[in-house]
Amino acid sequence: MKIVVCIKQVPDTAHVRLDPETHTLKREGVESIINPFDLFALEAALRIREQAGGAIVALSMGPPQAAEVIKEAIGYGVDEGLLLSDRAFAGADTWATTAALAAAIGQMEDVDLIVCGKQAVDGDTAQVGPGIAQRLGRPQVAFVKAFREISGQRLVVERQMDDGFDVVDLPLPGLITVVREVGEPRPPSLKGKMRAKQYRVPVKGAADLGLAPEQVGLAGSYTQVVKVFAPQATGERRVLQGSAQETGAQAVDLLVDNQVILLGS
Amino acid sequence: MDYFFSEEQVMIRDLCRQIAEERIKPVRAELDEKEQFPSEIMKALAQADLFQIIIPAEYGGLGGGCLENCIAVEELSRACCGVSTSYAACFLGAYPILLFGSQEQKDKYLPLIGNGQQYCAFALTESASGSDAGSIQTEARRDGDFYVLNGSKQWITNGGQAGIYTVVAITDRSKGARGATAFIVEADDPGFTVGKKERKLGIRASATAELIFSDCRIPADRVLGKEGLGFVVAMRTFDKSRPGVGAQAVGLAQGALDEAAAFARVRKQFGKPIITFQAVAHMLADMATEIEAARALVYATARFIDSGAKDISKVSAMAKVFPSDVAMRAATNAVQVFGGHGYMRDYPVEKMMRDAKILQIYEGTNQIQRNVIGQELNKEYGRSK
Repeated sequence: MKIVVCIKQVPDTAHVRLDPETHTLKREGVESIINPFDLFALEAALRIREQAGGAIVALSMGPPQAAEVIKEAIGYGVDEGLLLSDRAFAGADTWATTAALAAAIGQMEDVDLIVCGKQAVDGDTAQVGPGIAQRLGRPQVAFVKAFREISGQRLVVERQMDDGFDVVDLPLPGLITVVREVGEPRPPSLKGKMRAKQYRVPVKGAADLGLAPEQVGLAGSYTQVVKVFAPQATGERRVLQGSAQETGAQAVDLLVDNQVILLGS
Repeated sequence: MDYFFSEEQVMIRDLCRQIAEERIKPVRAELDEKEQFPSEIMKALAQADLFQIIIPAEYGGLGGGCLENCIAVEELSRACCGVSTSYAACFLGAYPILLFGSQEQKDKYLPLIGNGQQYCAFALTESASGSDAGSIQTEARRDGDFYVLNGSKQWITNGGQAGIYTVVAITDRSKGARGATAFIVEADDPGFTVGKKERKLGIRASATAELIFSDCRIPADRVLGKEGLGFVVAMRTFDKSRPGVGAQAVGLAQGALDEAAAFARVRKQFGKPIITFQAVAHMLADMATEIEAARALVYATARFIDSGAKDISKVSAMAKVFPSDVAMRAATNAVQVFGGHGYMRDYPVEKMMRDAKILQIYEGTNQIQRNVIGQELNKEYGRSK
């Protein structure tokens, strides 16, 4: 089975701060990492390969330094990598991003399965996976948490829902996005890391993908991020003082009066 | 201190440190409490290629030596010696095949060991035969194209978890030390069973069990080296593996220092962090100094062994005896720095103190190590006259 795993380089969100003046991300000194959800996608792909055989290609779009996440993926044991990097890609929203990623996958031969993390921790859209499937005209299942059957022709997967899970039969070629329940990511391997050191990441630009400048990047995007800001806490605050019984009763009254708690008639 | 590791050695250290932090530390207390074999961690170590370290490249391994092994073992031991014992015992079981195995034996077993499909164990000790290895009772009798083993082995690390066992048994009692032979026994060989799992003071994540051979029939091509080489196989194996115990000790001691120093900086008495009191600071200073000395000895010995040096028994014994004594002191003092907290199972140092003790006992007690060093000194000074 030939598998493509989409991975994104993101700022290490555990350490990201917003500049209160400019409302932009303070990126200085913040390490870049593989989007944590994409590690679950990598793990899922590695497990599928263990069972069904085949090869995995790690695909990413980003600035030249995003080659690092491709190398990291090689360290985890994927077979090949491809980075889409071009000044023209800058400022892409999910529409323009899927245009580039889908074009790259379309150029690859015999891709049976595309695996994505459920969303990226920087944009949090969860649109890129499904968007790629839509553009390629392939069936997709989002939020996969487990595999029941794996073969070259189909996957039977469990799709996480708010109130349980669905069992979905996905004919291949197709796309899945995965959630963390799919399995704890393994550590990288020594042989993989040694290979990653030597590995030269292939890079493709818009022209290589047969895409015009107006189809990609900011020009090819329907949306733009105008401003990023931390919301101000604007709610009215009141401090209740007194005994626990008193303040507890007052708090309940307030919640009911303000219709935070709705009492049945 | 910078020990000028190669790129690959740094990679091994960093990967092991990552696994220790992410996989071992969060579960070490639970594994200890439940006396549970670290199956998930062992699987992760296999996926990370860490069982490939000493396996030669022609069998799919990384072709590393004693130093690479020590680096990995030290980092894992910094988090948990129960886990590192399970890991390192695989190499103890694999060294006899590496050192004495026939081409066929290497072809068959080394790839399985390297990819972590089969764990290994080394079985010499018996209930009545510890330091006096020559007194083992387990027998192997030749029967046509087979050997038939009878007897039992005690306190065997990875017993019941391993698929491949190196077993030393007597083939000719009349020949004394030259009458023992080393065999490869597979877990599913007829007549081989695993007895009771031991309940231990420390390293409780590791599985320690009795092995029972009851007319255990194995093909004659399972002999390692040749008949009569049993103790040579064992001694050469220990020469290679002892610095690994030293590395465990360095790791454990470093882990104890990490905990003690961090605690001493935040624990306040008489209005000040206790690290500012000379009595505590000097304990930490001695720990740090001894650990660095032990580490330097382990690395230097490992490099000496990897250079292909012949006479390694003395330094190999030194690289086990000194670090394990250091580890015992460091762990005990770490508990002392923690005071009452240290005696509680809520903090990791009491486990470290329990774990440290075995390092002075297994793979040859420290008394036996000193015997080895003494005998070698006697030989050396006899020669130089």
